[in-house]
Amino acid sequence: MEDTPMENGETNKDSEVAPALIAVHPTQSSVAVAVGSDLRVFDLLGGCAVSLVDDSGSSLHKDSIRAIRYGADGKLFVSAGDDKTVKIWSTESWRCITTVCSEKRVSAVAISSDGSYVCFADKFGVVWVVDVDVSDGNQASVNKKAAPLLSHYCSIITSLEFSPDGRFFVSADRDFKIRVTVFPKKPLDGAHEIQSFSLGHTEFVSCLAFVCTQECLQGFLVSGSGDSTVRLWDISSGSLLNTCDIREKAGLLESKGIEECYGAVTNLCTIPDSTLVAVAVQSLQGIILLSCDLSAQTLHVAKVVSIEGDAFIPTSLGTSSSSGLLWMVTGASNLHDSQYPCVARVKVISGFKESTPDSVEHGSIVLKDNEIPGGEKLLEKLQGRVSFDENFFLTAAEALKTSMSNLLIKKQYSTEKREFRKRTRNDKKLKQ
Amino acid sequence: MSGKETNPTFSKSTGLPRKRFYRARAHSNPLSDSHFPVPVSPRHVDYSVHYPQYFPSSDQVDSCKKIQFADIGCGFGGLLISLSTLFPETLMIGMELRDKVTEYVKERILALRVTNPGQYQNISVVRTNSMKYIPNYFEKGQLSKMFFLFPDPHFKEKNHRRRVISPFLLDEYAYVLEVGGIIYTITDVEELGDWMKTCLENHPMFEALTDEELKADPVTKLLSSATEEGQKVDRNGGQTFRAVYRRIAPSL
Repeated sequence: MEDTPMENGETNKDSEVAPALIAVHPTQSSVAVAVGSDLRVFDLLGGCAVSLVDDSGSSLHKDSIRAIRYGADGKLFVSAGDDKTVKIWSTESWRCITTVCSEKRVSAVAISSDGSYVCFADKFGVVWVVDVDVSDGNQASVNKKAAPLLSHYCSIITSLEFSPDGRFFVSADRDFKIRVTVFPKKPLDGAHEIQSFSLGHTEFVSCLAFVCTQECLQGFLVSGSGDSTVRLWDISSGSLLNTCDIREKAGLLESKGIEECYGAVTNLCTIPDSTLVAVAVQSLQGIILLSCDLSAQTLHVAKVVSIEGDAFIPTSLGTSSSSGLLWMVTGASNLHDSQYPCVARVKVISGFKESTPDSVEHGSIVLKDNEIPGGEKLLEKLQGRVSFDENFFLTAAEALKTSMSNLLIKKQYSTEKREFRKRTRNDKKLKQ
Repeated sequence: MSGKETNPTFSKSTGLPRKRFYRARAHSNPLSDSHFPVPVSPRHVDYSVHYPQYFPSSDQVDSCKKIQFADIGCGFGGLLISLSTLFPETLMIGMELRDKVTEYVKERILALRVTNPGQYQNISVVRTNSMKYIPNYFEKGQLSKMFFLFPDPHFKEKNHRRRVISPFLLDEYAYVLEVGGIIYTITDVEELGDWMKTCLENHPMFEALTDEELKADPVTKLLSSATEEGQKVDRNGGQTFRAVYRRIAPSL
């Protein structure tokens, strides 16, 4: 990799482009999209856009949202990001129950399986936990204080996940690490018992997900990384079960940029009640479906679903347990010299329901805009507008790529440059 | 690195490397991005590089002998060298962030192996940031002793997160230590001594050794006498503050 002209150290604000995010309610009663500081929610049951109510302040998020998520029971929704606030919403009233302030920017969130704790990670590698048990009837618990849970030493945490049985808490970082911690009975006192480290990735780990079925309730962990692989892990021992390199599959579709073989995995999403994992890859116009063989403990590419016509490279994926639909979004915020500040594009792939879960032959099809649940009304809300200039999304994808590598990949310096920097040091070893 | 035969950085009388050619700053930034190679996982640590007598070739992965002692921030390696003869059958490693200091320790061990055939085969050193990469080197419960001797005090509160003993990092140390394994800390800075003791005392997976146990442990005496830093404190008539704790199973 060549040197980037980032000599003047400080990351300038322009380069911090945030990807659009999507989250789907577990029973698909609503869908949320975040672009920049904008949080958009569409109520699919009522067929209307949701207006968010936040009593605490005049504006909602003030800077790019970096993580959104529904709780497993669908009662809570959390949004957090660069404005150092974590907002916890009730999905019934779409009122903000609690706003938690973080000292640093927030990079990931998770909600415990029983819905009583919200965890969030800051950019210094500390994971915090907030008790959100609303059973005490104390609704006025605005500005609850977060307690430190664990820390990845000064690394950026990219993803947080609870194991399906709720016993373990998994955190991934830019230093290639996945840490599996026993989730304690009293999380406010910290989580000290590390179950395992899942080590094997050779670049930043970008995303985590669990594959679990009726037969295998504790589930297996899958992780995606900047090293263009998706890996399957046994979390109780931390052992690597299988590695699936997706570079070739991603490259096959890309006819133009062959020299550009870099294809970081940006998002993962497991299809509920199946052993399929949908994978979003940088520069791939579509998704890769991986099939996970739980008895043989292997991962393999089942199918590549390409999205024809549009320049659609998904930045985030979401599903609900019942619908058989995979929701995708692409877009970016903070794009300078662009006429649209916060634009996203939503697409849906169907066909995950009726077919046998492991079958490669299932008929996954990309829905037309008018076939998407909620139709044009939903698109108008979540996308901000209905029609677009395609070039916008190509520019966005390019900007996201740069932004992601600036954030998560270590700066590489050439030997000459390193020597030059060393020359100014006064503790150099004498060479005769 | 050129001309090993007439290397001026080695003492002619003892054959050991001379420290004045390996001077380095006393502090190193543990937060900066590192550019040295790091093993992907403990299975990728090449023991044949470190302990050639025990592991003649790198493909001998089936050997069950593993590193059991880790000296974190080993400095110029004084403790390792004392421990080497005290526990001749135990593999131990020093971890040091400053590259030139690591280089010195490496040369020192190699020279000792030459001048004392058959000895010092069980010690080695690696340049790494132990605050970031401990799990890359050791498996769960692999270590029986960990040493933190005269660590950087980082006085400013803003810099406390750079301290090598901290509540969060103790979670990782507890992970690599076996139940019953011992963590040794010592410092000449009272404030840091209190800090390390408090961190260990408050951690649910560590308990203090009793005075009798401390007396019976042959390693305790080495903490202040074996290291270069300890000898310096001793010369100046300074006080030292020790905290020695045992890894225990977490109570459920």
